[in-house]
Amino acid sequence: MTPLSQLLPGQYGKLTSLNPERSVDQRLMALGLLPGMVLKLVRTAPLGDPLAIEFAGQVVSLRLTEAQNIIIDVAADCPIQRPRPQA
Amino acid sequence: MSAAEPGLTVALVGNPNTGKSTLFNALTGLRQRVGNYPGVTVARKSGQCDCGDGTKVELIDLPGLYSLSAASPDEQVVIDALSGHLAEDRRPDAVVVVIDATNLLRNLFLASQLSELDIPVVLVLNQADVATEQGLKIDTELLSRRLGGVPVVLSSAWKGEGISAVRRAIGEALRARVRMPAVEWPALVEEALADVATGVATDIGRAPGRADVERLLFDSTTSVGQRLGWASARRDVVIRAARDKVRRAGYNPLAAEPLIHYARLRKLLEGVVQGGGDRTGGSAAVDQVLLHRFLGPVLFLGIMLGFFGSVFWLAKFPMEWIQAGVDWTKTVVAPPLDAYPMLQSLLADGIIGGVGAFLVFLPQILILFLFIGILEDSGYMARAAFIMDRLFSWCGLNGKSFVPLLSGFACAIPSLLSTRTIEDPKARLATAFVVPFMSCSARFPVYALMCAAFIAPGWQPVVMIGMHCVGLLFAVPTAFVLTRLVLKVKPQPFVLELPRYQMPKPRDVLWRMWQNAAEFVSKAGTVIFAITIIVWALSYFPRDAAVAERVKAANPSVAEAVVTAKIQAAYVEQSYMGRFGKAIQPAFDPLGFDWKITVGVLASFPAREVIVSTLGVTYSVGEGAKADSQHLRQAMKDAKWQEGPRVGKPIFSLAAVLSLMVFFALCSQCGPTIATLAQETGGWKWAAASFVYMTALAWIVSALLYQTVIRLS
Repeated sequence: MTPLSQLLPGQYGKLTSLNPERSVDQRLMALGLLPGMVLKLVRTAPLGDPLAIEFAGQVVSLRLTEAQNIIIDVAADCPIQRPRPQA
Repeated sequence: MSAAEPGLTVALVGNPNTGKSTLFNALTGLRQRVGNYPGVTVARKSGQCDCGDGTKVELIDLPGLYSLSAASPDEQVVIDALSGHLAEDRRPDAVVVVIDATNLLRNLFLASQLSELDIPVVLVLNQADVATEQGLKIDTELLSRRLGGVPVVLSSAWKGEGISAVRRAIGEALRARVRMPAVEWPALVEEALADVATGVATDIGRAPGRADVERLLFDSTTSVGQRLGWASARRDVVIRAARDKVRRAGYNPLAAEPLIHYARLRKLLEGVVQGGGDRTGGSAAVDQVLLHRFLGPVLFLGIMLGFFGSVFWLAKFPMEWIQAGVDWTKTVVAPPLDAYPMLQSLLADGIIGGVGAFLVFLPQILILFLFIGILEDSGYMARAAFIMDRLFSWCGLNGKSFVPLLSGFACAIPSLLSTRTIEDPKARLATAFVVPFMSCSARFPVYALMCAAFIAPGWQPVVMIGMHCVGLLFAVPTAFVLTRLVLKVKPQPFVLELPRYQMPKPRDVLWRMWQNAAEFVSKAGTVIFAITIIVWALSYFPRDAAVAERVKAANPSVAEAVVTAKIQAAYVEQSYMGRFGKAIQPAFDPLGFDWKITVGVLASFPAREVIVSTLGVTYSVGEGAKADSQHLRQAMKDAKWQEGPRVGKPIFSLAAVLSLMVFFALCSQCGPTIATLAQETGGWKWAAASFVYMTALAWIVSALLYQTVIRLS
C-alpha cells in the first residue's frame, strides 16, 4: 500500500482507495478512476511536481499534495520496485 | 437569434479535447454569434446549423466539461443551460454530445448523466479517424440499440468527414425525440432521490427537475439549492437523511454517482468496441522529449521565447503601420478644418486618436491568440502548464498563469484576454489582477526617457532591468495575499488532462483570433475610445483666445515655432486637466512630482507612453516629443522648482527620477487595462479594486523611495 505521491515513474498498481470527500478525488472519479482500476505513474514534472498518471487510456496531471491520499497497491510484477530500506 | 424568436435550439456538449469546437465550426460554417452569459465571464457561442433538410436550428456551443457536478462557473453554465435556467435561453430542444471515439467509456459518463435531463440526445463519436488508426472498431448500431435508439454517428470534424451525418442525426433527434434511457439506481438510492425531491417540493412549492435533485444529493458543493431558492433549515436535515440511505445501499454518497454510472457503461459497452491496444503511444513518445527532465524545460523556454518575441517584435510593424495610418489620416482631415480649431482638434486628437488608441492593440491580440490557438489545439498548452505549475502553485496561481504573465511584458491588454485559458476561476482572477504589474512595452519609453536624461550610461542597463523586475516583486505577494486571504473560494484541484497531440486546424485557430479581436473592439474598444475623448476634452477646454494673445504679447521678438510651443503649454496649463493637476499636485508632492509631472501622469491615462508627449507640451518643446528628443531632455534637466521649500533646486533629481519610474512601474495608469479587466472579470468591481490598489501601492512605494533617496543624497 503506497500513496500515489510516493510511486516511482513507471510504477503501476491497483487503486485501493481514494477519498470522495476531496474535490480532487471527485474529479478523478468523474474521469473514470475508480477503486480496483490499474494506474501508472508516467512521470513527474521537471521540477518534481505535479505528477502525470495514466489510467483507462488517458494521461492526467495532478499535484503531489493531491496525490497523497490516493493509495495504490503496487503490482507484484511491476518491473520497477522501490529499493527495500536497509535493515 | 434572440429568445423572443421562436425556433429550435440544440446544445453542443462534451468533454474538453474532443474536437467539439472544430465540429461546431464545421456545423455552423462560421455563421456564429459570440456573447457572454449574464453575470459570468463565460463566452456564449451560438450559430445557425442546417439539419440537412433545410431545417435551421440554433446551435449553442457550451463549455467543455467532464461531469455535471459543477465546480467552476463554466460547468455551472452548462447545467443551468441544459435545465433551462439561464435568463436568456430556453431549455434546448435536443443535446448533441460530442464524444472522443478513442475513449468511449470516459466520455459516455457525461452522456449518461445527461440522460437524467429528459432531452432528446444525439451521440457524435468524433475523432473516428484516430480511433480507426488505433485499430478500434466501434459498433455504432449496437450502441444505439442499447441506448434506446438514440442516433449514434461517427465523425471526424478535423477532416470534415461525417458532418452531414451529424446534421441528419440532429434533424432525426428533433423529429423522433428519442431520449437516452436513464440509469437504473439501486432501490435505496432511488428512494433517497425521491426523498430529496419531496423535501424540495414541500419547501418551495414546486417539483424540482430530476437532474437538479441528483446534484443536491450527490455533490458536496452545488449552487442548485441556491438557484431553486431551497435554503430552509430543513434542507441540511433532508440531505443528510437521504445520504444516509445511499450509505445503507453500500455507497459513499459522494462516490455513488460515478460508481453506478461507470458500472452501467461498462456493461453497455461490452461488444461495442473491439480491438485497439496502446492508446497513448504516439503522444507518450513525444512527451519523452517535450517533458524530459532537462530537455523539456529547455524546449519550453525556446518555444516561449519564440512566442514572446513574436508578440513583442512581430506586432511592432503592424502597430507602426496603424500609428502611421492614424497620423496620415490626421494630416488629411486636419487642414480643411484650419478655420475651426476646436473641431479640428476634436477630430484629429479626440476621435481619430481614440480609434487609433484601441486599434493599436489589435496586432498583439491577433498574434497572441494565433500562438495560444496553436499551443492549445496542439495539446502543448497542457504540457506547458505541467512544466510550470510548481513555480506558480505556491502563490495560488497555476501552470496556466505563465502565458498570460509572460505576454504581460508585451502588453496587459492581450494578456488579460488570454487569462481565459485558465479554467480555475480563482487562479484566473488572481492572474488577471497581477498581469498589470508586468512591465509592459508602454512603460518602456518612460524608462528610456528618464534613463537617457538622468542616469549615468553605465547604470542605465541596471536601472532598466531593475524597473522590469519591480512589478514582479510586488505581483508575487499580491497574488499570494489575494488567493490566500481575499478570495475565500475553495481552490480547485489542478487535475489536468494531457491530451493527445494533434495538428491544429488553421480555420479554428484563425477563427479564435478573429473572435477575440472582435470582442475586444466591441467591448473594451468602446471604453478606450471614450476615455481618449474625455481626456482630450479635459486637456483642450477651456480654450480662451486671450491666452494665446497674452503669450504672443509677452514674447514679441521670439521665433514663431517657440511661441507656438509656449501657447500650447499655456493652454494645457489653464485647461481643466492642468487646473486639476495643479490642484492635486500637493498629493504628489511627497513623491517629488511638480504640477507638470502630475498633469503628465493624469493625461497619460489613455496610454502610459503619452506622458512623454505631455511633458513635451508642458515643457514648451512642442507636440510629438519622443523619448529620444534632445530638446525635451535638456528642458527637463533645466527645470527648477519655482516655489515651495525646494525653490531653485532641480525638479528631476535622482530621487524624483527613480520615484517617477517606480510610480509608472506600479501604478494602474492605463485606461485600456482597466477597461479590459472589467470586460474579463465581468464587471467594474475588480477593475476598480485594481485601480485603487495599484495606485495606492505605487504612491506609497514611490513616496518612500523619494523621501529616502532625497535624504541620502
